[in-house]
Amino acid sequence: MDLKLETRDENGRTIVKVGGEIDVYTAPKLREQLVELVGAGKYHLIVDMEDVDFLDSTGLGVLVGGLKRVRAHDGSLRLVCTQERILKIFRITGLTKVFPISDSVEQAVTAVD
Amino acid sequence: MDAQSSAVGTVAKTESATAVLLRFTPQPEHVRTARLVAVAHARRVGVEAGLLDEVRLAVGEACSRAVGLHQRHCPGEPVVVVLDAIDESDSGMAPDRFVVTVADKVSGAVPGPRDGATGATGASETSEAASEAAAGGLDDDEDLDDAEMGLAVLTGLVDDLDITSGPDGGSVRMGWPVKDF
Repeated sequence: MDLKLETRDENGRTIVKVGGEIDVYTAPKLREQLVELVGAGKYHLIVDMEDVDFLDSTGLGVLVGGLKRVRAHDGSLRLVCTQERILKIFRITGLTKVFPISDSVEQAVTAVD
Repeated sequence: MDAQSSAVGTVAKTESATAVLLRFTPQPEHVRTARLVAVAHARRVGVEAGLLDEVRLAVGEACSRAVGLHQRHCPGEPVVVVLDAIDESDSGMAPDRFVVTVADKVSGAVPGPRDGATGATGASETSEAASEAAAGGLDDDEDLDDAEMGLAVLTGLVDDLDITSGPDGGSVRMGWPVKDF
């Protein structure tokens, strides 16, 4: 399964909707997308992971890289995820303390970072 | 014996005749194949459904780690994965353990004390290191080191985990219980 990426702007944030599997093979595509957005001046990102079927440590590394990039511009990176099997990976690595995680895109768009 | 045969033999000689053995070139696209095979075999031998996601993620992490090591140190050597259901308790009855071993050909790749290779304490220390690094406190790399994050996931996820290294390479051995047939 390939990685699907869609982006749109809403309320001053850029939403990156991710679908499929984020692993050692597909993660570079997500990294490229995040780098491109930051390069285009999009510093407030929401990564919607509700359609992600699989996430591994390479994907986590890419998200952390994205967070560092937007923070360098006083930006933010918020995740949308309610899938327990994905959330478990963030908990195992302690990254729930690093990423703000919302239950829905609507909630993420109105959240104060 | 050539290098590939040696790699396979080193791992396979201790496994049973029912083992499934994968050997693949160290390319990221093959890691998904290894995950799929691992879950299919785990299901077939009786690993309970609630553990299959754990098997999928752990095998993926171990294979990604091996692929990364091989790409850096020996891109011509294959990664070897052995999947087997064994009678670990030596009961003489049906297999009670699903064991996956991912072997690499890179010596000295076991992480240092800070990373914590095995055990609950190691998992805690590794995840703490991962989250600190993510917060920007430990390094200036653009992305957190994938190997360190991979170990954080493996140690936090798998209770029965053994990461070893020797002069001929290393291995990640993981085990899960098998239900009664």
